[in-house]
Amino acid sequence: MSATVVNPGELHEEQEQLNYLTNGKSLKSWLLTGDHKRIAILYLISTAFFFMVGGFAASMIRLELTSPAGVLLESETYNKTFSAHGIVMIFLFLIPSIPAVIGNFVLPLMLGARDLAFPRLNLLSWYTYMLGGILIMIGMILGGTEAGWTFYTPLSSMYSHGTITITILGAFVVGFSSIFTGINFIVTIHKMRAPGMTWFRLPLFVWAMYATSVIILLGTPVVAITLGLVMTERITGIGIFSPELGGDPVLFQHMFWFYSHPAVYIMILPGFGVISEIIANFSRKRIFGYHFVAFSSLAIAGLGFLVWGHHMFISSQSMYQSVVFSLISFLVAVPSAIKVFNWTATLYKGNIRLQAPMIYALCFLGLFTIGGLTGLFLASAGTDVHLTGTYFIVAHFHYVMVGGAITAFLGGVHYWWPKMTGRMYPEKIAQVNALLVFIGFTLTFIPQFILGFMGMPRRYHYYYFAPEFQPYHIASSLGASILAIAFLIPGIYLVWSLFKGEKASANPWGAHGLEWETASPPDTHNFHHIPIVTDEVYDFPGVEYAHPSHGHKKKKGDLTPAGKENH
Amino acid sequence: MASIAHHDADEFPVHVHHQFEDIEQQNESYIVGMWTFLVTEVMFFGALFLAYILYRWNYQPDFYRVHENLSPLWGGINTTLLLLSSFTMVMGVHFAQLRDRMKVVGSLGATIVLATGFLIIKFTQEWPIKFHEHLVPGPTFGTMPEHLHGASPRAAEIFFSLYFLMTGLHAIHIIIGILIIGVLAGLWHKGKTIVTEDYVPTELVGLYWHFVDLVWIFLFPLFYLIPQ
Repeated sequence: MSATVVNPGELHEEQEQLNYLTNGKSLKSWLLTGDHKRIAILYLISTAFFFMVGGFAASMIRLELTSPAGVLLESETYNKTFSAHGIVMIFLFLIPSIPAVIGNFVLPLMLGARDLAFPRLNLLSWYTYMLGGILIMIGMILGGTEAGWTFYTPLSSMYSHGTITITILGAFVVGFSSIFTGINFIVTIHKMRAPGMTWFRLPLFVWAMYATSVIILLGTPVVAITLGLVMTERITGIGIFSPELGGDPVLFQHMFWFYSHPAVYIMILPGFGVISEIIANFSRKRIFGYHFVAFSSLAIAGLGFLVWGHHMFISSQSMYQSVVFSLISFLVAVPSAIKVFNWTATLYKGNIRLQAPMIYALCFLGLFTIGGLTGLFLASAGTDVHLTGTYFIVAHFHYVMVGGAITAFLGGVHYWWPKMTGRMYPEKIAQVNALLVFIGFTLTFIPQFILGFMGMPRRYHYYYFAPEFQPYHIASSLGASILAIAFLIPGIYLVWSLFKGEKASANPWGAHGLEWETASPPDTHNFHHIPIVTDEVYDFPGVEYAHPSHGHKKKKGDLTPAGKENH
Repeated sequence: MASIAHHDADEFPVHVHHQFEDIEQQNESYIVGMWTFLVTEVMFFGALFLAYILYRWNYQPDFYRVHENLSPLWGGINTTLLLLSSFTMVMGVHFAQLRDRMKVVGSLGATIVLATGFLIIKFTQEWPIKFHEHLVPGPTFGTMPEHLHGASPRAAEIFFSLYFLMTGLHAIHIIIGILIIGVLAGLWHKGKTIVTEDYVPTELVGLYWHFVDLVWIFLFPLFYLIPQ
């Protein structure tokens, strides 16, 4: 993206002007902002908070499982703890993390737009998210829910005594915040691309966000109405999902997984987008097979809606249905593998720099591959009957969600941190920490695969019937402790870097993309004039890494100022 | 707040928000946004239609018997009212394109009157009878068995659960629609440039209203006209 209206001299002046962080310092200017970058920061702070809440619940789970008889928690408290872990991590962290934090921040910048199409809707999305988050927290404080994050009926609708109604209301409300974000992204990508930014010049992160938004729009309303029905059942006593009243509890599972399986792709597709950006930019190569990577995101979004039945192989689903769902589930491996192969091919003969975001991206490649391949064991109906409901499944989806989505999130936060804050994070600590995440993660979840194969059921808080499981559980808990530390350390050094970090130039990585052509941090309107895009995506001109900031830019003169062209 | 337009009023007679280049981009964004929103609405109702399909499949004979409690006459009148309201809405958008202010206000007013008539019939002629006949799902449901017309009470309760959920959710959409059309008509009446200079805001409300009508076009036969 060679064309931009800022030349180095102007950029210097610009940095002395107000940027989006300094333009208005009052709390009100943050809470009533329409600026996508500020809303991204609000989301970053709130998702980080909820991540800590969910992480605390995870530590309690791992502590409890170090002894075959349980250590601390009673059965019901344990059920509430893992439910809290799942609900908070999925609804309040994984789903909004990459779209609402990184997507909100960089999507308009990547497109060369001044903001998202609907800034007030974007702000409303954050408030809706916070309202839902607060309701879920209130539900936990008032007693918690023991029905798991899946809220299966009739446990959730009839038998559970916890404060499940308010928790479900919270999840229902949070759904609307992702719908608002999804609408905003779709409209922005369709209508707000800068002149010359054709569909096939879009960075792959944008393609990933587009596919994610499609899933959000088609899936979230269905889970909203499903959770709404469970709430209505609890409040009014009708029986849509209650067998005693003529209803069908399996209908709940169909409707729930119609959203919640695609929701897995809401969590991982944005991660794919981040990884594509990092791998291309730290290999200084155009991504191998750009079109395939772009369309594989859409293929995953499409196929993702046809596989929900693989969650129900043992839920009275007909065998023939299971065969079809199993086959389509296998098909999802094709676009996923296309991505992994293309990333690997991009690395080949690339000019690789092992900075922290790249280390996270490489961890992602390994961990996601294991997560994806173990998914095939579970997609095959025969093996799934043996493995479902065991720790094998727990390990599988943590490989995708933590090894995939959270690793990508951390990589993305490091990668765009200079752009978001104008400061560099301390590179050496970050590199070591990325390795620590990998070690802690592997130690936590490899033993869980073995445990699952040996038959350790999930959601049990004791295993006195099989004390031979204990060494694996202890290894897993040890890994979880390392992982917890590895998640805390970035929190500390990133905050430190806000005050003491080295000032970042506009393009500290020598990366290619419109977001690197504006100042770090950008000013409130992103670009003084809307840029005109004249070159292809990831079109690295082969300039060496030494003076990355402005070395490869060609200045285009004679641009018409924004907003005047048609008048 | 950054989202307030900062262009001069005489340069742009219509409000162009700061993030947009020009009025065309803004209008296209609004229209894509509205259609995208309607997609989520389709999925929102779609989940309920799925539940309906399942239970109609399971309990077809009972659904047939118990649906005789619903009055096709009132349902038909309501369908007519909504179809007419769609027509007046179309005329509203048409006159908005012609910038004929009073005719827009008249058309939108007629739409509100028709929609309100729909709600009045629903809330006076239809729902109260269900309470009298103990056909509202809950502990007293089916305690007057003559009104079940021989259907099994469990299936009949599912039928009326779906009936109240789906027509209730639809009624909420009608109420929201009346409020939005009311605001729009008020803005037209005062001659506010935000609506009078460009027909797109009126068009957007029209799209929403047609969606709400369309949902009823499906609900009416599914509940009132079940074949044996």
